[in-house]
Amino acid sequence: MFHNANLLNLIDGIPHAVILVDKNLNVSRMNRRAEALTGRSNDEASGVQTDYILRSNLHPFSDYFRAVLQEKKMVAHEGNILDRNRKIIPVRFTISPLESHSADLLGVMVVIEDLSFVPYLQEKAAGLDGFEGVISLSPKMQEVNEQIPIFAGTDASVLIYGETGTGKGFVAEKIHQASKRSGYPFIKVNCGALPEQMLESELFGHAQGAFPGADHKRPGMFRLADRGTIFFTEIGDLPLSLQVKLLTVLDDGEFSALGGTKKVAMNARIIAATSMDLKAMIAEGQFREDLFYRLNVLRLHLPPLRERAEDIPLLIDHFVKSLSTGNLAPHFERKALRVLKDYSFPGNVRELRNIIEHAVTLSLGETVKYEHLPEYLTQGNEAERYASSWGANKGQERRTADGETKGSATKWNDVEKEMIIEALRKSRGKRSEAAKMLGWARSTLYRKLKHHGI
Amino acid sequence: MPAFFGLEGWTDMKVMIAIFRNDVAPRFDLTVEAVFVKLENGSMTGEPREMLLSEPSSDELCGLAVSEAADLVICGGIDEVHYEYLNWKKIRIIDGIIGPYQEALELLLQDRLTPNAIMPGAVSS
Repeated sequence: MFHNANLLNLIDGIPHAVILVDKNLNVSRMNRRAEALTGRSNDEASGVQTDYILRSNLHPFSDYFRAVLQEKKMVAHEGNILDRNRKIIPVRFTISPLESHSADLLGVMVVIEDLSFVPYLQEKAAGLDGFEGVISLSPKMQEVNEQIPIFAGTDASVLIYGETGTGKGFVAEKIHQASKRSGYPFIKVNCGALPEQMLESELFGHAQGAFPGADHKRPGMFRLADRGTIFFTEIGDLPLSLQVKLLTVLDDGEFSALGGTKKVAMNARIIAATSMDLKAMIAEGQFREDLFYRLNVLRLHLPPLRERAEDIPLLIDHFVKSLSTGNLAPHFERKALRVLKDYSFPGNVRELRNIIEHAVTLSLGETVKYEHLPEYLTQGNEAERYASSWGANKGQERRTADGETKGSATKWNDVEKEMIIEALRKSRGKRSEAAKMLGWARSTLYRKLKHHGI
Repeated sequence: MPAFFGLEGWTDMKVMIAIFRNDVAPRFDLTVEAVFVKLENGSMTGEPREMLLSEPSSDELCGLAVSEAADLVICGGIDEVHYEYLNWKKIRIIDGIIGPYQEALELLLQDRLTPNAIMPGAVSS
């Protein structure tokens, strides 16, 4: 396709890696720098899907080509590639449409700039550019903090996984704030909060008279998020019919309001979050696979608070300071702190924040004592607290991102088993100590160990 | 009986292939699916077993290879750290593979699969 000798000389003269991609998204030609970067020769790469030659983190990269072919506009994205030496290199991709003299679309040209020596990006990757991340000492969250500015540098869709209360919305907003779209709106859509008909109108807007009660034309959230970011919380709750519509909008890059005929171009970055196991939902026919792959370009997993226990004192300190009204933030009595440190926080950071708010309010600015904590933390044993907390937070079955179905009644066995293991872990295997922690007699613990096969 | 790639006469082994749809996944760190295949006397035994991760993670894939006692990992691009880790765990790696994983498996059975090989099915005519 691209055999014009002048063109080949031209791309060899460009001081960056260049790949010419045909309309089928296969590699047609690479310059010498691209050969060096990918470790593939022109002959072997020719005719192979560019995704497989480039090995970019913007996966599938072909989606970006399709967008350029469709829009006939140049785009630039920051990302990385895995080079021939098994090293991950930060790069900037500039993708431009290639047209013939007669304006026929021939394919796209990808210019790959190696950014590994750009100090700014190194700072950005290390989180030293003034970006304020998530409060944490845990390595897992540090990783998230490092990913936020990197993800903010691209326009690719992000899918954030995490249990309820882990801060998915907070992280989505951080990504928006650190991105070039920060000067434009950050629009949050709660997919589970509205009935189907209303959600469609909320998303896409409606024309006057589109349905009974639609007295005025109304812009939808996609319109409001123009040039900004649209954030779908609990994307797994989006009804199937709307999943199809959302996918169409993402693929076509345009939408029309309910009852409207005019197509409006969509220019919003998509971030979605879920606490559900979307893969399992796909298998059950509850979530569209094509939409999953469309959203799942970049992924972030937020660990539950129980996996970052080292952050609990840090978060307590942060919430106490931010929730205190006086000049001096109240201190926590040791006994109260111990309860919090030993608690499993099924509601994660949100639950911790609520507990601190409750305690700080009741302490009236004085030292926060054991009795200022919510009753469900101080009454009964760990088993009851766990159950009470699950019941209060869920009240119904739910599916977690780990694919486990939990419900306060049906999965009590699992919760109890998990709780015993946790107590044994804390007591370093000493059964009498674990029994004490659980508020059980030793014989009860032995019976339950046998029952659960631990 | 073919002597498999670098395994000096081993004819029985467990192979883990990092996949994306029907292809070998282009990047190990972005992979959520792996398929396990058992080879005995130079041919495949039983059905390939697919495993799904909750999120893409090189660490988890390596953990899976170790816990499932894989002898060989077939993958696309893999970063140096995880490549070295698998080596350290005495798991052999054939990386840089492009194309349908079934074709890669066939080549392996013929003892012809080498690193950086591009399967015929990956090249459009």
